[in-house]
Order: sequence, then C-alpha cells, then structure tokens
Amino acid sequence: MTPLFEELRERFPGQIGSVKELAPDQVTVLLNEPDVTGIARHLLGEYQARLVTVFAEDRVNAEGLFYNHYLFDHPGDTAWVILKAPVPADHPSFPSLAAELPSVNWQEREIQDWFGLEAAGHPNPRRVALHDNWPDVHPLRKDFPLNTVLPPFEGERHVYRPAHGEGVFHIPVGPVHAGIIEPGHFNFAVAGEPILYLQLRMFYTHKGTEKLFENIPIHRAVFLAESISGDSAFSHGTAFCEAVERAAGIEIPARAQWMRVILLELERIANHIADVGAIANDVGFVIANAHAGRMREMVLGLNEMLTGSRVLRGMVAIGGVRRDWQQAQVGAIESILAAVEREFSDLVLLLQASHSTRHRLERTGILRPEKASKLGIVGVAGRASGVNLDIRRDHPYEAYRHLSFNVPVYQEGDVRHRMKVRIDEVGESIQIIRTAVSRLPEGPHRAPAQPIPPDRCALSAVEGWRGEIVHWVRTGEGNCLERCKVKDPSINNWPAIVEAVEGNIVADFPVINKSFNLSYSGTDR
Amino acid sequence: MFNILQKSFRVGPATADYPRLAPRLAEQFRGCPEFDFAAWSDARPAAEACPTGAIAVRDSDGSRQVTVDYGRCIFCGECEQASSDGAVKMSRQFELAVTARRDLVLIAEYALHSDGTHAELKSATSGPAAEELGKRISMAIEDLLGRSLSIRQVDAGSCNGCEQEIVALNNPVHDIERFGIHFVASPRHADMLLVTGPVTRNMELALRKTWAATPEPKIVAAVGACGISGGIFGANYASLGGVDAVIPVDVYIPGCPPRPEALLHGILLALGQVRQRVARARLLADEPPAQPKPAGANT
Repeated sequence: MTPLFEELRERFPGQIGSVKELAPDQVTVLLNEPDVTGIARHLLGEYQARLVTVFAEDRVNAEGLFYNHYLFDHPGDTAWVILKAPVPADHPSFPSLAAELPSVNWQEREIQDWFGLEAAGHPNPRRVALHDNWPDVHPLRKDFPLNTVLPPFEGERHVYRPAHGEGVFHIPVGPVHAGIIEPGHFNFAVAGEPILYLQLRMFYTHKGTEKLFENIPIHRAVFLAESISGDSAFSHGTAFCEAVERAAGIEIPARAQWMRVILLELERIANHIADVGAIANDVGFVIANAHAGRMREMVLGLNEMLTGSRVLRGMVAIGGVRRDWQQAQVGAIESILAAVEREFSDLVLLLQASHSTRHRLERTGILRPEKASKLGIVGVAGRASGVNLDIRRDHPYEAYRHLSFNVPVYQEGDVRHRMKVRIDEVGESIQIIRTAVSRLPEGPHRAPAQPIPPDRCALSAVEGWRGEIVHWVRTGEGNCLERCKVKDPSINNWPAIVEAVEGNIVADFPVINKSFNLSYSGTDR
Repeated sequence: MFNILQKSFRVGPATADYPRLAPRLAEQFRGCPEFDFAAWSDARPAAEACPTGAIAVRDSDGSRQVTVDYGRCIFCGECEQASSDGAVKMSRQFELAVTARRDLVLIAEYALHSDGTHAELKSATSGPAAEELGKRISMAIEDLLGRSLSIRQVDAGSCNGCEQEIVALNNPVHDIERFGIHFVASPRHADMLLVTGPVTRNMELALRKTWAATPEPKIVAAVGACGISGGIFGANYASLGGVDAVIPVDVYIPGCPPRPEALLHGILLALGQVRQRVARARLLADEPPAQPKPAGANT
C-alpha cells in the first residue's frame, strides 16, 4: 500500500471504507458516502492528480445500491486510483464536481440520463446523452431491457443559449454536415466573421453500445469494441481485450504483445497521415492531401496483409491475436514502412515549403496550456497544448514497457502544432515498429481460451492515436459482462474545440475542427 | 511551386483502374464467407461464433433451417474457424452489392440427426420475397444520371468505419471523380444518398429530412452491415436498425466497412454500369444462377 492511501485514511477517516488492490496498477478505494468532493480536491491539489473519467454502475440487484467510480491518474505513479462511491437506490443523488471540474460536465450528465442518478449542484443539469424529447427512461439501469421500444422520435426541442446584440446572429450547423463526417450539431454565435461562442450538441450517434456490452457474450463483444469508433477499431478492441484479460488473469504471450504494439502503431500512422493531409486540404493545399491519401493507402494495404482487413478489424482477441504472421508478412512491414517513411518526409517538406499553409495554420485555433490542463484535454490535442500525457509511457501496457520513445509536447496549442505533434509521432511510431519487428519473439500468438470468472473488475487504458482510451469491466456469469464502461478521448476533448474556436473566423472552423478530429461515435456510443 | 510539380511528376499516376482491372488484394484479405451447404454437417458452432447473427439456426420437427445473411456479415472469419468440416471458407469476394435486400439472404433446409448435427440438404434458396424495395431504380434514373452522379453522404449513426472508406474514394488511388461522380455538400444538390447506419433514434428525423430535401429522381444506397441491417448493433432502444427501416433503399453494399472498390461497385450497380455479382439462389447446384441485369438493359 503506497503512502497515498495511508495518508487518505488518516485525513478522511470516516469516509474511507476499504482499499482493494485489483491489480498491481489499479487500486479501488471504497467510500462510505456518495460525496467525493473533499477527497477529489485533495487528490487534485496535493497529488496533482487528474480525474480521468467518472462512471456509474447499477448494483441494485446485487447489493441494493448504485456506485459511482471516479478514476484518477497522478504523476509519478503507474497505479490508477478508483474512488468507488455508493449512491443509495432510495435517494439516487450525488454531489456534482462539474462546477470545479469542467472535464466531467458531460460525463456526470451521462450518469443522470443513463442511470437516473442526480448530479446535485451541476451548473447545467440538462440532458445530454438522451436528447430532450426522450421519455423518462434510464437505459443503463438493469431493469431496463435492451430492446425496449420507445415512442417515435418527434424532433429536437433543445434550446440553445441565445446571443443578443447588434449584428450578432446564430449559425446552426448539422447534424448532417457538408463533408463526409459524423453527425453533431454546432451552434455558432457570431459577430460578423469572428465566433463569439460555440455550443455543441452531440450524442446523435448514441446506439446503446454500453448496454449492448451487457447483453452479448464476451467473444462477440470484442467485435462490438471494434465498432465503438471505427477509426480506432484496433485500439478500442485492444483496450477491451486487455480489460477482460486483466479481470480474468489471462497472461497473453509475448509474441502477441509485440504484434499488438505493431498494429496499434500502424493505426496511429494511418490516421495521423490522413489528418495531416486533411488539415492541409482544409486550407486549400489539396495536392498535399492527395499525397497523404496515397500514403494512407500504402499503410492500409499493409494492414490488410497483416490482418486481412484494411482497418485492422477481426484481429485482436481475448488472449492475444487471431492470426499469426509468416516471415513474408513481417518482411512486408519493413519494406512498406520504409517507403511510407520516404514519402512522408517528402510530404513534410512540401508542407514546410508552403508559406501560405503555414500562415493559415499558425496562431489559428489556439488552446492555451493552462486551459488545456484545466479542461482535462488528452492525447494529440493535449500534447500540442503542453499536456504531457501518454499512456504508453505513463502506464505502459503490452510490450511498451520494453520500449523507449519520445513524446512530442508543444506549448503553442494552435492548429499548426496539433499537426506537428502528428508529424513527430509518425516518425516515432515508425521507429517503435522497427524495434518491435526486430524483437518480435517466436511462440504462440494467443493464449488458450478459458472461461472468464464472474464478478471480477478490471481497468485498461490504451493510448489510441487520438488519445487515452479507457475500458472498465465487471465480468458476469456465463462468459458475459455485467458492465463495460468505455471512455474515448473525444469525450474529454470536445470542450477544447469550444475554447479554441473563440475569436476565430467561421471560415477557419473546419480546419480547427479537423485539427482535433474527434470521434462522434466514440463520444456518443 | 516547382517542388510540388516535381513531386507529382516523380510519383506519376496513382489511380487503380478498377473496375476495368481487378484490384490488388492482399493474399490475406477476407471477403465474404462461402458455404458448401451440402457438405456442412453442423451449422451450430458457426452460428454461435458469429458476432452479428448473420448465421442463424432454427430447428423444428426433425428439420433445421440455416439462414445466412450477407447483409449482417462483418467478414470476421469466425464461422470458418468454428466449422470443423471445412464447409465454410472465407473468400476474397467483395463485390456483394445488390438491389434487393433478399438477394443477400440464403436459406438451407436440412434433415436433423438425433445427435443434433444435420445432413442431407433438402433445399437451398435465397430469402423470402420481401418488399421489392430494390426495384425503384427506374428508366428515368438511368437516363438522367447515367453519365454523372452527385452523392450526399449521410452518417445516420455509424461507428465512422464506413466513413473512412468513403473518404478514401476521393483519394488519388480510387479517384471516384473519374466516373463523373462527386460528393456534394447539400442533399438539394444530390442524386444519391449514401447512408451508413445503424440509424439511431437521435438521427432518424435528420435522415428523413435529408431524404425529403433530395430532389427526385433519387437513389439511396445503404452502406455496410450496419446500414443494411443494423449490423452488430441491430435494433435496440437507441437504434432502429438498417436504413430501410426509415427510408426506401435502392442498393445495399455489404462490408464492415466495405472497401472502396466495394463501394464503387455498389454505386456503379445503382447506375446500371456494372452487374450484380450476388445472384439469387446461386447455391442451388441444379439451377443455373440468375442472369444479372446487363448495363442499360431496360433503357
């Protein structure tokens, strides 16, 4: 037990029930009451901890109450801390942290909508995950069947905050957008060209994913995890499998760990290259995007060779990976990667030589470091704004514990630096894959299947290409799950867009949005 | 400027000449599974392994009905792994777009053994006649749109996997503009809605409105397992299932996600420029496969 828990026990004697180590790197602290405000403040202040996510669990049938889980990460320790706070079923209410911690704004409201637990004192307690016209249902409660048929949708009644003043007007955009992107509603209040503020409305693609996880056997749920956010199919799939593997105590073979690392980095490379091209495209450098698209095809071709799928689906499995590699496939990694590296450095040279591109990207959509850390921004967007976080380094999983690599961090926080983080990371990922290929051990690629014991909890975190992905599971009877919480980095990062667009002109919104490139489906689930 | 031109000249043409030439597929590429219904001794393990319910088994009075729905299939290969008799094989076939939903459904009837396995294929047919939604493509559309097409893409709730491959249609390798096909920003400018799914409750109204805003004549393509059937999400409290639960669909493009060539095949099929490869009842050995409609046959 680390000094942190000794100290918590001394400082909050009445509040701490028990401390339970789920695994060497995950500790659950059971509290005696729903109020975590004091302990949270202490962790955030004294330990510079970061509240990663908050989620609820319906344990009414099993234990007669609900739980809220608050997941903290604190620097200098690879252990995750989970505060587990009981919420009584007959008084389903808990004190909100959102006023102090804007990063949990949506996540607390999600708990209100999905579980019917009131976030008391929330500064904006309106619905978020279920739109205004939904009947009074709480779909993640155990007494709500997955296939409940609800009355037909009759249109949105959401009221946006009005903007008044001479020459001030609203521009409503979406949910169906002009480009080939996912649905969401952006409501801009503008004064002439500059944006005064942006209001977001998400959860258009909410499709009951977390509920569905509780209704299908684990071997099928792996494929559901691949469909949380299609551009991160392998990262989410891996995060899910790791959570289950940890819960069940399954050791995955060394070869599979290295194979997962290679595929995670290929997913990062393909998406980063596409984003670099798309950012250039949004400021009119179309030819750069054409080269990026061509390069991305090279990577997707390699993906197909390694997994049978261009987007790495159907590969990750509980206990390892589904298919082993022959020597020819491993050889292809090196040759194709070398070609991609050459092409990518040409693309970077083209971008650097284009002064007009630089001019459009520099000082556009700035997210200041102090704002970024206050809002709890993660991943690429965080690292471009001074938030020095990378799960691969801070909480190493798979074979990352044997690897060293640079984590690019910039302070500028503009579109150009979000692009720069991606450019740097492509280079790092290529080196990581080279090391992984050179150290790829022989041996089995998948641990033998075994039944998953019930009522085990585990957490896993994966640094997807966009940022920190967290899955938390509680296993159930008959190879099923009782609960699977999914946290995509997008849900942390939407407030960053709101912040970054302020004062920018409407015409720069597409490129600012693209520089974050958040997943709507990952947010909405 | 010079460096940009120099790079382009060095690279040269990047476009793959699909559908004139077959695409370069990796040896490992997984297309749809193919079923040797006569040799299949037990469909239950495959049905149990299938993550989306694309393979379903129903027993009654000594007979077993096995349904295979390519409209639900995500090409994961689990059915091949689960079937020890070698009757299920992953193929490299990806040109699976059809104009009628039932063309994606295969049904086999078996006599049931007492040990739960089955044998003796009694019949194998395509699915029951559903509504003929696929027959909306009229002469007028082919006449009007045969030479160019404007597409509005609508994400009605997808995981964004399909969107990635749709975006790839615009890259220089797949270059959809060489067919005179381009993506437009508004449904009012569109001839075709390319819709991914599952259609969520929160997107239903937006999809209906987008469809209503698209001028006639219009074509709707449902993309991917989720767009066709709801896929792994199916229908639940938040999802209505496939696109045709909400608006009429003219062409169905299976895949998870469909690769860009599969999307192209489906779009060109809607235009009558390529043939449908999946033919009804093609698995009945004693019956010749249905003749797909040649391009422009009914003009």
